[in-house]
Amino acid sequence: MSKTLFDKIWDAHIVTTAEGGQDVLYIDRHFIHEVTSPQAFTGLRQRGIPVFRPVQTIATADHNVPTQNQHLPIVEPLSRSQVEKLTENCAEFGVELYGLGHPYQGIVHVIGPELGITQPGQTIVCGDSHTSTHGAFGAIAFGIGTSQVEQVLATQCLLQKRPLRMRITVDGQLAPGVLSKDIILYIIAQLGAAGGTGYFVEYAGSAIRALSMEARMTICNMSIEMGARGGLIAPDNTTFEYLRGREFAPAGADFDAAVAQWQHLFSDADAVFDREYQFRAEDIAPMITYGTNPGMGIRVSETVPEAPAAGDSLASFSKSLDYMGFRPGERLIGKSVGYVFIGSCTNSRIEDLRLVARFVQGKQKASSVQAFIVPGSQQVARQAKAEGLDQVFVAAGFEFREPGCSACLGMNEDKVPAGEYCVSTSNRNFEGRQGPGARTILASPLTAAAAAVTGTIVDVRDFDLEN
Amino acid sequence: MEKFISVNTTAVPLPNEDVDTDQIIPARFLKATTREGFGDNLFCDWRYQPDGAAKTDFVLNNPLYQGQILVAGKNFGCGSSREHAAWALADYGFRVVVSSFFADIFKGNALNNGLLPVQVSPAFLHDLFTAIETDPASRFSVDLEQQTISIDRTGASETFPIDPFRKVCLLNGYDDLDYLLSLREQIATWEQQQPFSITAATLTP
Ligand code: SF4
Repeated sequence: MSKTLFDKIWDAHIVTTAEGGQDVLYIDRHFIHEVTSPQAFTGLRQRGIPVFRPVQTIATADHNVPTQNQHLPIVEPLSRSQVEKLTENCAEFGVELYGLGHPYQGIVHVIGPELGITQPGQTIVCGDSHTSTHGAFGAIAFGIGTSQVEQVLATQCLLQKRPLRMRITVDGQLAPGVLSKDIILYIIAQLGAAGGTGYFVEYAGSAIRALSMEARMTICNMSIEMGARGGLIAPDNTTFEYLRGREFAPAGADFDAAVAQWQHLFSDADAVFDREYQFRAEDIAPMITYGTNPGMGIRVSETVPEAPAAGDSLASFSKSLDYMGFRPGERLIGKSVGYVFIGSCTNSRIEDLRLVARFVQGKQKASSVQAFIVPGSQQVARQAKAEGLDQVFVAAGFEFREPGCSACLGMNEDKVPAGEYCVSTSNRNFEGRQGPGARTILASPLTAAAAAVTGTIVDVRDFDLEN
Repeated sequence: MEKFISVNTTAVPLPNEDVDTDQIIPARFLKATTREGFGDNLFCDWRYQPDGAAKTDFVLNNPLYQGQILVAGKNFGCGSSREHAAWALADYGFRVVVSSFFADIFKGNALNNGLLPVQVSPAFLHDLFTAIETDPASRFSVDLEQQTISIDRTGASETFPIDPFRKVCLLNGYDDLDYLLSLREQIATWEQQQPFSITAATLTP
């Protein structure tokens, strides 16, 4: 029988099916971080049970960590205690920790792939909604709550209802200056912030196939922003070549054997999806958001809509625009911005940094803007320095920080002040996400870099992008 | 987990749509390492001024509206997977959240904490808001066994869906972990039968 990629992986991980139809799904890889794991370890302690398969859980500290002076103790006492708790828990339960000071430390969704821990065909979970990122490798990856973190620690399994399947096909060729971030912001703007709820999404089509692994991760990362539990892309040569030689990827003959298996991971030609959407890459332009959920996005050259999308309430729409300080019908190009943040599990990988470096080389950040770049991991930071990208950033007036989640959610010191606009490469523009009262405008790394240079919202295609 | 059988109470209206988990409990309050005490910071930035004074226009600060049921606009609980959102609502005293649409992860987290997400039609949601608006002392009944929510004054009622397994868990106060733990041997056997090693070897560099 023909099957979708999603179903092939799901079916291969069913241990048993419970009464009522939910599956006991086996989890291959489990990532944890300091924020959503402490209560899970407490639960294990209360029940007096060990971690069932400790080698399949990998921990890192990312949400709370400072992005300056990471070699010093964390100043903020609550953050420090949460990171210390993670260290204690991992030691007590025998879980590998890539904590502060470790050469592999970084944002959980950046390190899993770059270390080759994330592989095609796996089931992957983490107490973090952007676990969907790992789906770029052709894996079923989704975020879970802390009770479920405890379940995975205790049994390596989760009780799950099979979601519906959606396929989003993007064919064609992207124009210069349009990045994968623009593809996903465009898709979410079309489907809305809840358009994917109940579904697992497969991204397909020639425009997706043409993307690098890192660009694919940006797309899968934001699947959750349309409500989908996750998104995945069938693995291909791009995937296999990315994994070759990575620390935890199979090596030598094992690698070839793995590739032979991974090559079976695709949706059969006549597989049926519960829902299908088709988009053309040529319709996609640099995108920005104007509101307080990621579905409120427009092409940067467009004006803020006059009215809410069909089915949405006027009250919520107006509240959102009030918060952002924008008016219906307003053009956003030329608006001053005070902050630019380049980072987060959406866009903090080496390719993002290379793109930004190439763009800002020989340019200067506007003096009215505070711009900072936060690499996704220690490995990304080291690579950026080895390539001299840090020098380019500093010369252009950007701060180059140490790795972590940073201003994506402002759990550390990196916050945007109330009322200020921040063009951000992160994934959520919710009220207060980057600090109480902060106003977030989501965009691609190129659009963010261009905003830093001009001090305004700008169409990056107005720059010469060839050099 | 606390059992859930039924409630009959007044309700608190929050008609906003797309209420995300960052609003339910902002990230800066996620630094605790226990499950308790999150209710104090529930909807913190909508509820309090930066100096800590109550914002009088927010519904939780309006003494007219009380009760164990929160009635919210569509797509409630979108965004982050933080279970702290469910903890905060339950810790504050809510036992039921009603909306016409819930985000997936939030729904699962709520069920794992004895907080019942009740999904109703947009029309019935509208009726609920109207009933509260007409009389903030209106009472509502939620019966899990029957899977019904009703407006006491008018008698209007609607059934809501819930996964049968979750329902049994809630009615009895079990959680998923009790069930999964009972399967540990079966899980170990399943692991042995898998064609590739998905365990130790592949995580050693
Ligand atoms: S970078 Fe932001 S979205 Fe990604 S894991 Fe960290 S806090 Fe979550």
